[in-house]
Order: sequence, then C-alpha cells, then structure tokens
Amino acid sequence: MSNYTGSEIFSSKTKVDKKDSKLVLANMIWVSFALLIGGTAGLLQTLVRSGQFELPFGIGYYQLLTLHGVILALVMTFFFIMGFQIAALSRTAGSFSTSELRLGWTGFWVMTAGTLMSAAMIALNEASVLYTFYAPLQAHAVHYIGLALVIVGTWISVAGQLMRYFRWRKENKGQKTPLLSYMTAINNVMWIVCTIGVAATVLFQFIPWSLGWVETINISLSRTLFWYFGHPLVYFWLLPAYMVWYAVIPKVLGTKGFSDNLARLAFVLFLFFSIPVGIHHQLVDPGIDAFWKGLQVVLTFMVIVPSLMTAFSMFAVFETYGRKQGARGLLDWFKKLPWTDARFVLVFIGMLFFIPGGLGGIINASGQMNQLVHNTIWIVGHFHITVGAPVILTYFAAMLFLLPHITGRKIDKIANRLGLFLAYTWALGMGIMSLAMHWAGLRGAPRRSTFSEYGGADIASEWITYQVMQAVGGSFLFIAIIIAILLFLKLTTGPKVNDPEEFPVAMFMDQEEPVVKWVENWRLLIIITIFLILIAYTVPVTQMFTENIPGAKGFKLW
Amino acid sequence: MHKYEKIWISLGTASLAVFLIILGISAVHGGHTPAASGIETINPEHVREDARFSEPGLKEATDGDHDYDLYFLASAFMYEPGEVEIPAGSTVKIHVTSPDVVHGFQVVGTNVNMIAEPGLISTYEMTFDEPGEHLIVCNEYCGIGHTDMTSTLKVVNGGIANE
Repeated sequence: MSNYTGSEIFSSKTKVDKKDSKLVLANMIWVSFALLIGGTAGLLQTLVRSGQFELPFGIGYYQLLTLHGVILALVMTFFFIMGFQIAALSRTAGSFSTSELRLGWTGFWVMTAGTLMSAAMIALNEASVLYTFYAPLQAHAVHYIGLALVIVGTWISVAGQLMRYFRWRKENKGQKTPLLSYMTAINNVMWIVCTIGVAATVLFQFIPWSLGWVETINISLSRTLFWYFGHPLVYFWLLPAYMVWYAVIPKVLGTKGFSDNLARLAFVLFLFFSIPVGIHHQLVDPGIDAFWKGLQVVLTFMVIVPSLMTAFSMFAVFETYGRKQGARGLLDWFKKLPWTDARFVLVFIGMLFFIPGGLGGIINASGQMNQLVHNTIWIVGHFHITVGAPVILTYFAAMLFLLPHITGRKIDKIANRLGLFLAYTWALGMGIMSLAMHWAGLRGAPRRSTFSEYGGADIASEWITYQVMQAVGGSFLFIAIIIAILLFLKLTTGPKVNDPEEFPVAMFMDQEEPVVKWVENWRLLIIITIFLILIAYTVPVTQMFTENIPGAKGFKLW
Repeated sequence: MHKYEKIWISLGTASLAVFLIILGISAVHGGHTPAASGIETINPEHVREDARFSEPGLKEATDGDHDYDLYFLASAFMYEPGEVEIPAGSTVKIHVTSPDVVHGFQVVGTNVNMIAEPGLISTYEMTFDEPGEHLIVCNEYCGIGHTDMTSTLKVVNGGIANE
C-alpha cells in the first residue's frame, strides 16, 4: 500500500510486492503458453509456404494464420504488457491496494475468457478472417465478442494500474513520479484513447452485423477505425520495451541512464504521434482523399524524433559505460560491453534489428514507396524485425530477471547461457526469415498467401526460392522458442534463495534536476492528443458517413 | 540538452524535413499521389449491370488525358478479364471494384498496387512503356481461393499509341 520514494526506488533491495507478483506471474504464464502455440503455427506456415509440406487434420492455412496473428500480436503481447507494467508499478511506485489489485485480476480473467472464446471459434474454423478481421468477411459473432472482451479486460487492468500511478502522485504532491511508473501511465493513456476505435467498430459494427441485426456494414469506416487502433497498437507493444531500454538496462550495466527528462519527453511525443497516423496503413485504399493520406503520412514521420532521441540515449549510456571500464579511442567502448550477460545481449541484438526495422518503417509510410511494397511479404518481414525482434527480445530479457524476481529465485549460469543461446538462435532465424521476406516482397510476392505457383508464372517460381529460405529461418525460430520455454521453466523452478534476482531500476545523470513540469500535466497532454486526432480524422471519417458509400453484406469464403 | 544530443537531433530533424519536402514535391508536382485515393461509389450488388463493369476490359478513353480505360472486376476468386493486352506507350486509367469482399490488385513489376473494396471504385493512372508480361495477383486475403486469383497484363507493340 505504501509508496516508494527517493533512494528506495533505485535500491536493489526493493521488490515487487508478493501479492502483486502472483498477478504478474499469472500474466506471464499466458505469455509462455501463447508464445508456444503462436510459434508452432508460425513454423507450420513457413513449412506450408515452402511447398514441401501439407497441413494434416484438415487444418486450413488461413485458420493457422489467424491463430498466429491473434495469439501473438494480441494475446501474448497484451498479457506481457499488463504483467510487466503491474510489476514496474509495484516495483517503483509501491504495492497495489486491494481495489487496484482486484481490478488487475478482474482484467486478467476477462482477457482470459475473451481469448478462450475467440480461440474456440478459430479452432472450429468459424473465424478464419486473420487478426485484422477485415469486413465483409464475416466470422462468428462469438469471435468478435471474444475480441471485445480481451480489449475490455485490458481496460480493467489498465484502470487498476492508472489508479496506482495517480495515488502515488496524490500522496507525494510536487515530487517527480518514478520514471517507470510515469512511462506505464503514458502507455496506458495512449491505449485507452486508441482502443476506443476498435471497440467502436466491434461493438457498433461487427457484433450487430454478425448477429444479423443489421444486413450491411460500412467497410471504409470499419477499416479506418481498425487502423486508428492498429498503429498505436504497435507503439503499445514497443513502449514497454523502451521502458526496459531507458530505465532498466543502464542499471544492468551498473551505470546511469542518460536523461530522465529526455526519456519522459520521448514518451510524450509517442503519445502525441502514435494515434493520428493510422491511415498510412490504408494508403492505397479507396474512399479516402489523397490530402488526408498525405497529412497522416507527415504526422507518421514525427515519431522519427523520439526514435532518434532514444537511439542517442542508448548509445550515450553504452559509451559512458565502456569508457568507465577503461575504453579508449573512438569505438573501443563497444568491446567493453557485457557480452556474456544475457539480459544485455538479448536487448542489444533487438536494438540492432530495430535499425533496419525503423528504416523499413520509413519506406512503408511514405506514400510513393508504400505502393511498391503494400501488402507484399516485405511488410511481413518488416514487422518481424520490429515487433518480432526488438520488442520480443526485450520482453524475453525482461522475463529473464522478472520471473526469478517474482518467484524468489536467481538467474543462474545455466539460465544465463540459455538466454544467450535464445538471443543468437533468434537472431539467426529471424535474420534469415526476414531477409528472405523483404527480398521476395520487393519482387512482388504477396503477403497472407498460402503456397501457390500462380499458374506457373516465372516470377512466382522465384518467390518460392525465398519461401524455402523463410522455412529455414522459421525452423531456427521454432528452436529458439523451445529454448525460451525451457528458459522460463528454469527460471521459475528449482530452489528459492533469500536474496532473489534484482529488478534493476536505473538512476539518471540528471536525477537531481526537477522534472519538466508540463510532461506531467495530464490534462494538457490529453488535450493535445485529442486535438491532433481531430485534425487527422474528422474530415475523412465524416466523409465515410456523408458520401453514401453502399454497405456490404457479409461473406464466409473459407 | 547535451551538445552532441543537440547536433544529433538537429541533423535528424533536418533530414526528416528534407525527406518530407521531397515527398511533398513528388506528390503535388510529380502527381505521385497514392493509388485509389478519392471517393467514387458503386452498388456492389449491381456491379455487373453497370455499363463499365458488365464486360470488363480495355476500352478507348472518351474523356480525360489518358488513352484507355481498363476496367477490372475482382471477385472471389477470379479477375475479369483473365488476360489483357495494352499497347506499349499508352496511358491507361485502371478502375477496379469488387462485388463481394475486399481484394488486392497488384500488377507485379509495376507501381500498380491497390485495394479493391465493394462499394467503391479504386483508380490509378499509369503509362506502360516497356513491352512485357505482368502477373496480376490478389494481395489481400479474401478466402480459401485467395491465391487462385490471377490475371495477366501484357504490354504489346501496336495500338492507338503507336498509330
């Protein structure tokens, strides 16, 4: 119940509360389970696409692809983010109150119920609509209700987290809030604002339509509301990874973070510029005027600024550390980094993937270049080296210290070695697979497509060569996932110790300086966020209502 | 802010500005606006009764600054026409719509790549200079026969542009 302040926040003795730990662990069990299922689906997909393998038991390729997307992009990430943020708050702000914790558990069970409902529909082949569920392909109503419950579950959990943050603020008026707690609040506020879009389309469009209460659906509107949520979704995945980069990794290195104020400012910019940009996923959609596409492209590129700030901070920390270890010359510090600490190596490899990942993002979001790669497998390559590498590898690094921390254990030599193997195997598999995807995409290979020779077209046979490479990469990734599962088991079993693994929380070089006031002025932040959304979306969404676009009936074509 | 940080952020922001200016000039001056932009509606249940899509294919343009209109119907799971020939050097305005679900329309090896939605017509204007054969594929998942959707666009010598 009490709040952590001052040096307590950074002490290696400070722990996530015991009761809170149970909730964190429950979320993390879902993460492991989802990873295993989703990873298996992924492996099978790459094998099918190689042309050398056919699915048994009447399982459909698109059924599997739906499972892969829903269980990894939504279920796994959501449970991780809820669990990690609860841990981060409990560790830096202090333990949850009874009511805050109850919200966390309620959210967890609502998300679980929703997941099981959707999973059942996918298993019954009633929902092979992929994770974007584009209308007018029409899944069973229970699938949409399940997805809605997953979102509602996150809201309930997030409500408990926000209450925890604001209680700290209220009880410590005028003080700088703990950085990690502040970051969870930014991510949660962004989440609430953006999920309103997907909740609206599911509740008011998909559910009535799939139940047969209304005959047709407004497709442009449903797609636009989906992407109003779908792009901030990727930042919702990313920001917990950034929390680790900014606030945990410096402590892992035994040094200080670069700047607390800069970190907060970067997060504020992500709040502003994550949402009014979803139309860059619809650049070649009909129903939207070129001007509004262009405007959202410009807004999209604003996230380059906080991204560059983050890159600078990270390398500033690394160099500072290396020089403290006695590095001289221009790049000698690089050798001094802790290359045998799995927590660091997992994150660092993730960061390396993020460099081409970010560049690819710039290509995808620019109107003209998008047209060349839109819906090709280049895009799939892109999000596997963003969410599928920097984000997930950082999640693994977080679980590496968090799992023993909350279960009273330590990272031993074997666990650390498994972590290193995980990092290298993942890098190898993802490197091969994503490179093949980018290459094939540039040559026109479409995404979301099962194995096909396209009537024997020459170009299609070139694509198949790359698809075989993807299966090789996919196989390494599956091995990496097995290593990850073994690692999680290793971290949560075995003898307990008196001084469990630390949840590292770093101090910053500007720790004593006061926080920039306006970054904690939530009213101002929310007003600016909504103002940008209104500018970007008012006209295009209004046009979808006023231009009399005929509605579409539902189809079940799988 | 640290001095190096200022340099880094200024350079980054400046290159971002240059990049956006290039995009803007290319869009406004070069006419490279995204495909399928704008709102042109059609009733998806009566697409085949519409004069433009009753017999989809290449038609000589009656207005505008392009030579031909090329109408494509993307449905589950085929394109109509299944093959089309375009005279090299001609400027073609492509119109695509769908009577059922969302489809993709990607002419492999060209810049033609757009989404077809029921209720709307997606258009893109393009000049085909190089003779050759292009595979057309659906790149938006539309159901079990998604990868069966193909057509061929052949750019051939002869025709209006060469007369």
